[in-house]
Amino acid sequence: MTHFVRVKPMMPPGHVRTPIYLRGKVGEIERSLGEFPNPEDLAYGQPATAKPLHRVRFTMAEIWGADAENPNDTLDAEIYEHWLEPADAT
Amino acid sequence: MPHDHHDNDHLSPSGHPYRADDDTDLSYWQTMEIAVRELLVEKGITTSAEIAGQIETMDARTPSNGAQVVARAWTDPDFHAALIQDASAATRDMGFDIGPLKLIAVENTDDIHNMIVCTLCSCYPRNLLGLPPDWYKSRAYRSRTVREPRSVLAEFGVTLPESTKVRVHDSTADMRYIVIPKRPQETDNMTQAELAALVTRDSMVGTGLAKTP
Repeated sequence: MTHFVRVKPMMPPGHVRTPIYLRGKVGEIERSLGEFPNPEDLAYGQPATAKPLHRVRFTMAEIWGADAENPNDTLDAEIYEHWLEPADAT
Repeated sequence: MPHDHHDNDHLSPSGHPYRADDDTDLSYWQTMEIAVRELLVEKGITTSAEIAGQIETMDARTPSNGAQVVARAWTDPDFHAALIQDASAATRDMGFDIGPLKLIAVENTDDIHNMIVCTLCSCYPRNLLGLPPDWYKSRAYRSRTVREPRSVLAEFGVTLPESTKVRVHDSTADMRYIVIPKRPQETDNMTQAELAALVTRDSMVGTGLAKTP
């Protein structure tokens, strides 16, 4: 995965672990965590394929725009790689 | 006068109102839990004693476990490095039974303040710190912490300079987090046990600071 990533702005139905407030937002990979069983399968008792999981760091300015309390504060979240696409730095 | 009520019929001998009995019906999910539990016992997959034992094990986990981890990290540079590298392995090596917990330790410094939240549900390092406080699971804490962490911190009595960066960690998937709070000043001569007494639950969630001696 590239260093800078965008969370895909998808809205699939069902159980996903990608918060809506981060969809479409650009961040940088803080660290990669290895592969974990896909929770989108596990939630329904299906055999789960292992998916790479990354910790992605976003600035509050990127997430909330002008409403950010302090634009330089950051938020880290764990996002599965199938939810990420390469992006340019913000 | 706090006990100077006029309608004494509704008061206990201590002068306080009687609290209504908690006699509401079971919810759908409570009924489901009982049914599944009884089936598991009937089929011999588990026993009531095993279930009670697990509940006791979880109830025995308290923030003091985390406080010991933090105090050791403050005083033992090798352990500190191991904790930052792999917090699950470091806490297991210290003797804590954390089961399958995958833990990341994040450290507060003069320039960085970390704060933990789970916006999607209530993920918390239960296998080290025990059950989370009720507020941690509230919609208010979960929704506000990612949007206005400094306002939330101020309500917990923590006001940070603008120069300190706030790092919020949203536990969205498989990892759980513990904050290593900043070591208070004038604690150089304290033992690990004395230091552990300064480490509060909130300081390990990032909504508080370690106490000063």
